[in-house]
Amino acid sequence: MSTPENQPNGEPETPGMSRRSFLRNSAVFATGLAAMAASLRPLFETTDFPSSEQFLQKYYKELNPEEMQKVLTRIEGEVERQYGIRPHVRDYKPMDGVEYVYCLNLTRCIGCRKCVHACVAENNQSRDPEIQYIRVLRMPHGSLDIEKAEHNYAPEQVPEKGYFYMPVQCQQCHNPPCVKVCPVHATWQETDGITVVDYNWCIGCRYCEAACPYWARRFNFTKPSIPKDRINPEMSYLGNRPRMKGVMEKCHFCIQRTRAGRYPACLEVCPAGARKFGNILDPESEVSRILKTKRVFIQLKEEMGTSPRFFYYFDV
Amino acid sequence: MITAARNYIRFLLRCSRIAFVGDWRYYAWMGILTLFCLVGLNAYCKQFAYGLVTTGMSDEVSWGVYIANFTFLVGVAAAAVMMVIPVYIYDNEELHDLVIFGELLAVAAIFMCLAFVTVDLGRPDRFWHLLPGIGQLNFPSSMLSWDVLVLNGYLLLNVHICGYLLYTRYQGRKPAKWFYIPFVFIAIFWAISIHTVTAFLYVGLGGRPFWNAAIVGPRFLASAFTAGPALIILALQVIRRVTSYFISDKALLTLRSIVQVSMIINVFLLMCEVFKEFYSGNLHVISSKYLYFGLHGYHALVPWIWTAITFNLTAMVLLLLPVSRSLRWLNVSCCLAIVGIWIEKGMGLVIPGFIPTPLGAVIEYFPSLNESLICFGIWAFGMLCYTIFLRMAVPILQGKLLKSNEDEAGALGVICK
Repeated sequence: MSTPENQPNGEPETPGMSRRSFLRNSAVFATGLAAMAASLRPLFETTDFPSSEQFLQKYYKELNPEEMQKVLTRIEGEVERQYGIRPHVRDYKPMDGVEYVYCLNLTRCIGCRKCVHACVAENNQSRDPEIQYIRVLRMPHGSLDIEKAEHNYAPEQVPEKGYFYMPVQCQQCHNPPCVKVCPVHATWQETDGITVVDYNWCIGCRYCEAACPYWARRFNFTKPSIPKDRINPEMSYLGNRPRMKGVMEKCHFCIQRTRAGRYPACLEVCPAGARKFGNILDPESEVSRILKTKRVFIQLKEEMGTSPRFFYYFDV
Repeated sequence: MITAARNYIRFLLRCSRIAFVGDWRYYAWMGILTLFCLVGLNAYCKQFAYGLVTTGMSDEVSWGVYIANFTFLVGVAAAAVMMVIPVYIYDNEELHDLVIFGELLAVAAIFMCLAFVTVDLGRPDRFWHLLPGIGQLNFPSSMLSWDVLVLNGYLLLNVHICGYLLYTRYQGRKPAKWFYIPFVFIAIFWAISIHTVTAFLYVGLGGRPFWNAAIVGPRFLASAFTAGPALIILALQVIRRVTSYFISDKALLTLRSIVQVSMIINVFLLMCEVFKEFYSGNLHVISSKYLYFGLHGYHALVPWIWTAITFNLTAMVLLLLPVSRSLRWLNVSCCLAIVGIWIEKGMGLVIPGFIPTPLGAVIEYFPSLNESLICFGIWAFGMLCYTIFLRMAVPILQGKLLKSNEDEAGALGVICK
């Protein structure tokens, strides 16, 4: 088998290639091509191949206002094509002199999970597979040890005796580990304290998901699906516009509402009044008053040094 | 200048041509590897079309076998340095001509590493966001950006060293020391850095107590310097068998003593870790409990980790006994060490870091079929690369593929024998 004929391509160094070996080599070559084509076949099943504008889109912080406007218009078109509804996509900027803080009253929370579902509806989260930003933990009386948390409690009625409930979502840390580890700056902290994701820049490495001590990040393992009649058409670029496959998302304090002066959806829906939200830089705000007057309030996993802007307090 | 370029292109052409020539065993081996590569490519195209939902990963366990294999293979790549140090620092004679096989293995291992991180990306089309200058590489803050730089740097260093040494051998002239020795010494430190940086990828995560321990870095190095040379011992014997290239038993035994010492250190560091975790008994032991004993009825990793520990301990005992001076027992202990460390450094390190989640939920992870096919495909691709490298390097080192015989018709036929 060690003759020069064995070369699959007729290079000049192979003098006098025979007809037989030419045929054989062509057959090998054709089989190889066919096998290659067959293995690439699933690519044709891709339904969301990126367009050239999507592929080449610049980083959020490098887009000038005109480019941003173009991108927003393009996204409106994309949403309309996919969901048959023309949305209103805006790029809400942080307001000067505002830093958001969330306070959650553990004495009041009854664990009804209304916040979870209001959040899904407001933020155009995928219904299949289901993506939720808020996870409500049922904790046994007397312990804040998160290892004892029950995630899948499903009683006839809440609240249950012997338990309290602790909803956990993005804690909007002062020192966010997710921002530190992102290899491409696709997630960052805005001046009003909200950590956001540029869904068009994220490469989907999931390092931030591994870094988050609060399990607050969610990954789109496949193309998200939302029923057409459930789309919330009031959208923001860094917030609730529909996401694509293979990118990270998370709670952003309902950027499209709060930066327009409204409350987050989870707060509005809470039947127990357990959720309080506001500007910590305003000494008259409700959250400033809570942090000044309540005897006990905690930051989850304070020892991590992440310094959350999300506080849990008790009515004592 | 033009002649030099033409000569170099001619060298590359001849090298690539020889990769297509061999006896029936060579074709069979390459055929099987190509088949696995294509099956893996097919599986990856499915993943590309439908997303990472085709894997066993979830928001709870967001890294799986891809990153596990990546971690193990960075160690293999780094271990080339364990042949370089004896040769270039201690002037070891036996290993001198063999060091290039270790460096080529490093190149193949880095190819596999890069493939494993690429298939792990949710948006592979956006890889350009990582390119310095064009994208937004988060350097120096993100350890992943460090990893991108050190891995590609290590690849370039090794490609340069191997390529230069082979090319001068091909031309029949002595390599200019200044043109490769400095790079060899840089590569020694660089090798240690790639594995340290990869360890820091995990160590830097404060929210994951299982990884957030100083001992993870040293354990990475110890296990890499065990598994890597063990793999080289096996590879050298295959080379010796299928080609006429001479490799002395003494060289293999030199590598044996490296594996021996590294394995002792590896097991010692493992003991340190197990003691710290279980004796103090604080709440952070929970991931280790899951790994070694299972948690709330979930114990997917328990049989694996005990297999790994049994293999590692058996390999250590065998390596310490004189019996492993015989090649058969040496090969047994090398195989045990490689499999043991693959389990322990791969699945045994990556998965328990995610279990339980930071909110205390226990969700287990099992690789899917599609995910496993991609892994096999990448391994086949790596072996394919290494085979091709050896197919080119061996005749050059033997002096059969030379510039002086480039015009001889049928030269390839001679080389194949």
